[in-house]
Amino acid sequence: MAIEVRIPTILRSYTGGAKVVEGVGETLGDLLIDLDGKFSGLRGRLITDEGALHRFVNIYVNDEDVRFLGSLDAKLSDGDTVTILPAVAGGALGFAAAAAIIQHGTAAAPVAGR
Amino acid sequence: MARYESLLDACGGTPLVGLPRLSPVVPEGAPPVRLWAKLEDRNPTGSVKDRAALFMVRAAEEAGQLRPGDTILEPTSGNTGIALAMVAKLRGYRLVCVMPENVSSERVQLLRMYGAEIIFSPAAGGSNQAVATAKQIAAEHPDWVMLFQYGNEANARAHYETTAPELLRDLPTITHFVAGLGTTGTLMGTGRYLREKVEGIQIIAAEPRYGELVYGLRNIDEGYVPELYDANVLTRRFSVGTRDAVLRTRQLVEVEGLFVGFSTGAVLHAALAVAHEAVKAGRRADVAFLVADGGWKYLSTGAYGGTLADAEEALEGQLWA
Repeated sequence: MAIEVRIPTILRSYTGGAKVVEGVGETLGDLLIDLDGKFSGLRGRLITDEGALHRFVNIYVNDEDVRFLGSLDAKLSDGDTVTILPAVAGGALGFAAAAAIIQHGTAAAPVAGR
Repeated sequence: MARYESLLDACGGTPLVGLPRLSPVVPEGAPPVRLWAKLEDRNPTGSVKDRAALFMVRAAEEAGQLRPGDTILEPTSGNTGIALAMVAKLRGYRLVCVMPENVSSERVQLLRMYGAEIIFSPAAGGSNQAVATAKQIAAEHPDWVMLFQYGNEANARAHYETTAPELLRDLPTITHFVAGLGTTGTLMGTGRYLREKVEGIQIIAAEPRYGELVYGLRNIDEGYVPELYDANVLTRRFSVGTRDAVLRTRQLVEVEGLFVGFSTGAVLHAALAVAHEAVKAGRRADVAFLVADGGWKYLSTGAYGGTLADAEEALEGQLWA
């Protein structure tokens, strides 16, 4: 059972530069273990020490976010496409602005936060 | 009623229009599956962001954080900047926008026309440089007010108090709400309200999947999830690529005469996916989706004409939503 996995630029150091790799697994969790066998260290960048999906990683099965499909338990089938992406909000500028404000603290953002 | 005391009072109250030609055909005798578009391009500056800008400014005024003559700093080149520029002008504030120097000239012209001042951050430095520039400006001007749409509850509240009640009033039989995911304000506010009022409603996010350049972070740990985001509000979340977004954007104008920005194409793609699932399952569905803005500001990308491959190439590396 082959599943196509799309690797983002920042993780291609683990795949020898490959943009698309193949793996097998009944679930997303199985697939990541299979991939880690071929591309050592990749799984560690996606999963936290507690075994959950990293907060700043989004993984999609056939364009649908796995967090709404059971996360690591999401079922996979032959021919599925898995896409891994880093979380960026509202594009790169949104990310940059947000990071700047968080680091700046609340002084200049009096109505920020909940 | 179509008469208002001022432009600010004309914010919201946008039309919800049916899309009979794009709605999927159901088998004879099967329950109807219908698509509806909420036309947020009919707001004063032409985008859904007018609602958030107005609510964020009002909240800051009520909290005593913003007084006439104050300066608002917003790092945005998009619709929020344009919406804030209009609100700032009418409410007596100065607006400073920080944006990369490689944004389209129509945005710069539009912001300047509304009276906003612009500080450019070098394009070459990418997001890291923009971080540095924004940080520096904020540090030099501690008295400037940053509304911070990604974490400002008034952003989501604008939709809880206005967008969502309008939708429910106009479409009491709503079964799905689909919108784009950026600051997450639209989906969080509208989603929360509809979940409280409509049993079994599905709240669906369509997230633009950009070209690779946009994801060029150095490290996963440099990623960002908006403070407003609560995954519990959503039922499903789709990632939509540039090609599908362009295809649907063109389809909307060709089939239904709606000229929209590319983010709406991504939203329609997700809306059609759930609509076709409903047809397959033989379920009734009233799928309402949000048109965030019109296509005018994106004409210079050239992505409305030519082949899909040309359009995809034209949008590579751009923040099309």
